[in-house]
Amino acid sequence: MSEAHSAPKLNDIQQQALKCAIQSGLPVDSRPYLTLANIIGGSEQQVITCIEEWINNGLIKRFGLVVKHHKLGYNANAMVVWNIPSHLVDEIGERIKQSGLVTLCYRRPRRLPDWNYNLFCMIHGKDRGQVLQQLNQLIKTCQLTEIEHDILFSYKQFKQCGGRFHRQHHTAPSAHCVPERKAINHG
Amino acid sequence: MDEIDRSIINQLQRGFPICERPYEQAAKALSITEAELINRIASLLEEKILTRFGPMYQIEKAGGAFTLAAMSIPEDEFDKVADQVNQFPEIAHNYERAHKLNMWFVLGTENPSEIASTIKRIEKETGYKVFNMPKLEEFYVGLYFPV
Repeated sequence: MSEAHSAPKLNDIQQQALKCAIQSGLPVDSRPYLTLANIIGGSEQQVITCIEEWINNGLIKRFGLVVKHHKLGYNANAMVVWNIPSHLVDEIGERIKQSGLVTLCYRRPRRLPDWNYNLFCMIHGKDRGQVLQQLNQLIKTCQLTEIEHDILFSYKQFKQCGGRFHRQHHTAPSAHCVPERKAINHG
Repeated sequence: MDEIDRSIINQLQRGFPICERPYEQAAKALSITEAELINRIASLLEEKILTRFGPMYQIEKAGGAFTLAAMSIPEDEFDKVADQVNQFPEIAHNYERAHKLNMWFVLGTENPSEIASTIKRIEKETGYKVFNMPKLEEFYVGLYFPV
């Protein structure tokens, strides 16, 4: 470990190249960080230290497998939106977080008069029945009976390529996503 | 997909070791060999059960930006407009949903100023208004799908 701390950090260009290289996926071989080090021109230990640092400072919020949830039988997803008095949003958002019944929960702006909901949750389930059951439980657990809400089930997913955003980089493989033209029916 | 694949998916969605031999370390916890874990992850990727294997960035910290946006598209125009919208490389995913606002997509750009300009280009290209609904506060992100 002493080597880890004495080795200089990757420079900006190497870090940028590393960000790009790993966003398309970790190499699937026994020394993935060494493979990455060879791509970006650094050492294995520098790559390890750098990724650890990104996890610690929150640049990487999760590091691991990202699944295609439809393929795992999560065929229904609903965006559940709530019209919550502004002064209660924080309290209710916290309750929903604690419930463990949603996969995402964000506050977003209203767009009056077309859209009057300000809290957005995603509920994923095997089918619509399960999603609705989970929603009922959420309403009960978080005492949301009085709150106006709407459920937006999805019909079709047209495109999913995850949160990739780095453009092609001259020292790293392209991670730019290719649009999937074909719609996938799942609902 | 068998029991071992399932435990790989359940365990490694939560995190992956960062050390010289990460597959070996993860394999130990799963009571399989390093080679088997590598082969199984490769197959899960090939079968497209996994979209990715690696980091999920906090995009704002990386200098980029994300937003959720919606449009209200007449049914007979929907497929045409969906095609137009999906042409934009900034679109991360796009769903048809049951509401007057029936098209919902996530935009990701390399810097925050590109969100507004991309929305303008989408409006110009399609002729329909885009409702931008950026995240104001994050209460919970727990995209974990046990199998």
